[in-house]
Amino acid sequence: MNLKNIAVFGYGLLFVGLLLAPVLGAYPVFVMKLMCFALFAAAFNLLLGYTGMLSFGHAAFFGGAAYVAGHVIKVWGLTPELGLLLGTLSGAFLGLIVGFFAIRRTGIYSTMITLALAQMLFFVALQAPFTGGEDGLQSVPRGKMFGLIDLRNDMVLYYVVLAIVIAAFLLIVRTVHSPFGQVLKAIKENEPRATSLGYDTNRFKLVAFVLSAALSGLAGALKAMVMGFATLSDVHWTASGHVVLMTLVGGLGTLSGPLVGSAVVVLLENKLGEIGHVLAEMTQIEWFSTLGESVTMVTGLIFVVCVLAFRRGIMGEIIAWLQRRRGDGKL
Amino acid sequence: MEFFGISLPGLLSQLLLGLVNGSFYAILSLGLAVIFGLLNVINFAHGALFMMGAVITWMAMNYFGINYWVMLVVAPLIVGVFGVVIERLLLRWIYKLDHLYGLLLTLGLTLLVEGVFRSVYGVSGLGYDTPDLLSGGTNLGFMFLPNYRAWVVVASITVCMLTWFVIEKTKLGAYLRAGTENPRLVEAFGVNVPVMITLTYAFGAALAAFAGVLSAPVYQVSPLMGQNLIIVVFAVVVIGGMGSIMGSILTGLGLGVVEGFTKVFYPEASSTVVFVIMVVVLLIRPAGLFGKEN
Repeated sequence: MNLKNIAVFGYGLLFVGLLLAPVLGAYPVFVMKLMCFALFAAAFNLLLGYTGMLSFGHAAFFGGAAYVAGHVIKVWGLTPELGLLLGTLSGAFLGLIVGFFAIRRTGIYSTMITLALAQMLFFVALQAPFTGGEDGLQSVPRGKMFGLIDLRNDMVLYYVVLAIVIAAFLLIVRTVHSPFGQVLKAIKENEPRATSLGYDTNRFKLVAFVLSAALSGLAGALKAMVMGFATLSDVHWTASGHVVLMTLVGGLGTLSGPLVGSAVVVLLENKLGEIGHVLAEMTQIEWFSTLGESVTMVTGLIFVVCVLAFRRGIMGEIIAWLQRRRGDGKL
Repeated sequence: MEFFGISLPGLLSQLLLGLVNGSFYAILSLGLAVIFGLLNVINFAHGALFMMGAVITWMAMNYFGINYWVMLVVAPLIVGVFGVVIERLLLRWIYKLDHLYGLLLTLGLTLLVEGVFRSVYGVSGLGYDTPDLLSGGTNLGFMFLPNYRAWVVVASITVCMLTWFVIEKTKLGAYLRAGTENPRLVEAFGVNVPVMITLTYAFGAALAAFAGVLSAPVYQVSPLMGQNLIIVVFAVVVIGGMGSIMGSILTGLGLGVVEGFTKVFYPEASSTVVFVIMVVVLLIRPAGLFGKEN
């Protein structure tokens, strides 16, 4: 089997698994949350993995869109599809602003700018009247999509979310393989060279930024709709750090990496308490049972380990291993 | 006396508070700039090191009764040694990689350190009393000057100036600056660059811890006290540019003062004003006030 067949097989398996998950007894809301984060990470990876720009402010787009979608659905009484649309647009708009400033500097400065601007948005969200401050925006109703599809049913919502996430993911795949995506990769590899070939690299970077922000916004709006709330933790810088971690764990610059990475990170955080109890029983070390309260510590540790020893991430390692085994460099 | 409808003493006390914050910005951005110059790493953990300085000071007082003045020296030393360990154990493996890995590694370190302290002390603030020698204040006639705040500003500026002097005017500083420009050439002249790098990181860490000790009586000591500060300091660094030591010091102090004034005239914006200034600077002078783009 060559790599392409393995990939098709893998995606097929994932698709079937997701189709059957709620039927097989997985808790739909949890899987939907996973899918939202997978989309978020995939959108983020479009920027970091394929354009080479590290944004540390993606929480602003994710959380900002979650607030906007929640607000227009709950307070303005708009339909869910309009909520998602406005959420996505607000992500794109914020991305345009942040991206505009971020591309004025390069490298690490650009990262610091995204972080600072996202922190600014955090303070705005903390003080603005419509976000509910520390309490967040609670009990966002789900309503009926297009006036027909009743999203209050978890199962119905599940398949709607699945369809949207798949469509968005296909858009990302298409973008990466398009001529536009090739220019982005060229910018990542060697920006001065791309400039000398006649590409206005800043414009490409900005478009990539806006696209990534818009899709992050879609993920945030979906999450607000699924969970029924938007809170400050969605716009906090730790959420930006989170999405970086998911992408890094899964594999930078691989299409499947963010999907795997987000699943690993979200599962780990949700199950850390249980894992701790099991470890405590196995090793008889009492301390492990408090692991559930130390999510930050474990996250930090994963970061350190990934950067030092595991920079290709899970999917990056698997792809590299498959290529080595076949003895050729082609994908 | 009134000034735009605000009493002069009130204005001056906010100005002083702004200078106190500005002193911390100055020390931290100075450390970031020195570390970045030689290591090419943006040290996200700077906030965590700052926090360690403060928490260690609190621990020494609470568990061993060791006073503030001792800790003003000891805490930076402890954190400096911690810095040596970090650099030797972790950072040195990533110098050849893209900048982003340095940021991510130190971010992981931040989460790790904060997580450890959080699991012991939670997130609520721990109080630390002002040392007796500096409690109370002095009446200057036109305002009441809290002694401790005055001390923070004087101590910080002194330390910043000393650092500036060492880096810009001494032989050691010349090695350091040369190492920033071209480490391989400096090594060829017989300077032990790896040791220099280790000590530079340790020095930056110690500076952050020094600021942490100074902050213990002014801020609430808490495991999270560093993380919000570090983001503002990043904005300060973008505004000032990391090219110049004096630039970092002036930008830090200046922005603290601006923040203080904003608290008087438009309190809602006081937490965002630094970021707004960053945006304006990026529009007018993308390389930063004292920076040079390369």
